[in-house]
Amino acid sequence: MAKKRIIQAINDGLMEEMARDPKVILFGEDVEISLFGDTRGLHSKFGPARVRNTPISENLLTGMAVGAAAAGYRVIAHLMFGNFVYTGFDSIANQAAKLRFMTGGQIRLPITYMAVYGGGKSIAAQHSDTPYPLLMNLGGINVVVPSSPADAKGLLKAAIRNDNPTFFLQAGGRGGELGEVPDGEYVTPLGQADVKRIGTDVTIVAIGAMVRPALRAAEILEKESGLSAEVVDPRTLVPLDEATILASVAKTGRLVVADEARDRCSAASHIAAIVCDKGFASLAAPVKRVTVPDVAMPYAPSLEQSIFPDAQRIAAAVREVAQYRRS
Amino acid sequence: MKNAHTDTPPRIDRAQSIGMLERMLLIRRVEERLGEEFKAGNLPGGVHLYIGEEGIAVGVCAHLTDRDWIASTHRGHGHFLAKGGDPNAMVAEIYGRKTGICRGMGGSMHVADVSKGILGANGIVGAGISLTAGAALAAQLDGKGAVAVCFFGDGAAGQGVLMEALNVGALWKLPLVLVCENNGYSEYTRADAVTAGTIADRAKPYGVPGAVINGNDVIEVWTAADVAIKRARRGDGPTLIEARTYRTRGHIEAETAFLQGGSYRSQEEIEQWKGRDPIVLYSGRLQADGVIDAQVLEQMDARVCATVQAAFEFAEKSELPDVSQVFESMFAGQRP
Repeated sequence: MAKKRIIQAINDGLMEEMARDPKVILFGEDVEISLFGDTRGLHSKFGPARVRNTPISENLLTGMAVGAAAAGYRVIAHLMFGNFVYTGFDSIANQAAKLRFMTGGQIRLPITYMAVYGGGKSIAAQHSDTPYPLLMNLGGINVVVPSSPADAKGLLKAAIRNDNPTFFLQAGGRGGELGEVPDGEYVTPLGQADVKRIGTDVTIVAIGAMVRPALRAAEILEKESGLSAEVVDPRTLVPLDEATILASVAKTGRLVVADEARDRCSAASHIAAIVCDKGFASLAAPVKRVTVPDVAMPYAPSLEQSIFPDAQRIAAAVREVAQYRRS
Repeated sequence: MKNAHTDTPPRIDRAQSIGMLERMLLIRRVEERLGEEFKAGNLPGGVHLYIGEEGIAVGVCAHLTDRDWIASTHRGHGHFLAKGGDPNAMVAEIYGRKTGICRGMGGSMHVADVSKGILGANGIVGAGISLTAGAALAAQLDGKGAVAVCFFGDGAAGQGVLMEALNVGALWKLPLVLVCENNGYSEYTRADAVTAGTIADRAKPYGVPGAVINGNDVIEVWTAADVAIKRARRGDGPTLIEARTYRTRGHIEAETAFLQGGSYRSQEEIEQWKGRDPIVLYSGRLQADGVIDAQVLEQMDARVCATVQAAFEFAEKSELPDVSQVFESMFAGQRP
């Protein structure tokens, strides 16, 4: 085990996969110098054939990933910010998500699209979106949202080795987070949630960057009233480990979902719907969602903080469901 | 287009000449039948016919092998057959059958055979441009001289991705050939009403060769494609070919029902272009040159018609697809 920052763990994962498989190639905007540090050093290590800066042409690069993958490569396409999913969306939604299906399974599309997502950095609405709800709705795209350095590395390696288009979305504000990363080779399978904290009274399902404030909220509540919250990190939204979420709710009877997507059609509302459908008998209280309201992310830090989910808001939601009694 | 890199002008041998004519005729006869079956209500969905444009697909694909890639348009039957796709599997696909090339998951607008380098027809105008740029990148990395060819229409020239691909293709010297089939109409709008300048000239600022050719002359297409594909195989980068042509059928079959009496082109114009039919022109030329005679042509047509008849019989008697494949095809190795 070694303590690493999440961005370093991602960089290690990319280094290892490119060294392991010569068919892995990477292109995108500024990947050579690397704005975030995740792709730094790859160009000098693996050369200009396999690691390429592209122009700011998202529609081309998202589609080029599809063509190169169909022609036998394992492609990593870096889109920089989650908002740029929209400028490259045709090839993601109409090609990557559908070509395997439309060709009756002839095409294998091992693509990892990388981008950072989320608010909290005062870079305003066009660089702060959380685009996974619309990616989840496409059907043919896996969605990976790691919360820790260890998960980020293991899940990234699984994404690269997966034969389907996969979005690897890392919370932009968390690149500096430290965590223990196992030594040596490991892969974290897609579709397996991780219980980050065991508890008995309330389940908090926390997505990506919401795991840390969810854990903090659990600590606050424990100290404050002895309330025991369980924190479940789905780690991947597609495929979604429904069983682990339902098992936790079966134990606690109460659920809060923390998600930094806008509320309407968020991952939180999808998870809430699944639990209401498949876990209704175990619910002792309504399901609460802690999300961003249906507005764009404001710029001023004070305004951003006024709407962003944090430990206090998650704790407040947990108190509410914990105190709920059927009248 | 001048061929600067070969001393002798390229020649097409007799067998290849006859082969090209036969392939054009196959596309024509399959599509004539598709038109009839559509009219009779026997096809699900709609069909966009390539009738009148066959010389382009055939003249280009004559230079390609299975390891080369193509992507095509919503009007893609001709490219599929020209690249060596199986007529039985194509017709069965259009009928929505289990034996279809895409197991009934794609239909007319999405016929694809990856094993033959056919990335597929595509329902999104211009989408093939980025797909072939990616396939060209793969071919470049493989280093075995394969190329990627994108067929797209004049309508796709209005998509920004063409400029994006010319830019990256030129920078990276991708083995990419962009073949614009300018049939004069962007669906139901005259191409010149929505297209400024000449499409081939879009290549100029990127330092990419661009040429306007007669798409109804299969030999002119063959010659231009020969230069472009050789250039791509050598590692000298992309070429943009604008092949001028015309679709003598509608944007989609039975379009008159949708247009409700509205008209976007004159019958006189259609008749004029029928007089420049690429198959009539080429078979006439081969007869004048003594390569074939009327009897050979008749035998060829009989052979093609038998193939077409067999393909439709195969499709009609094929089973419907299994419902389970809807859930099996979305992902490789996992359920949706």
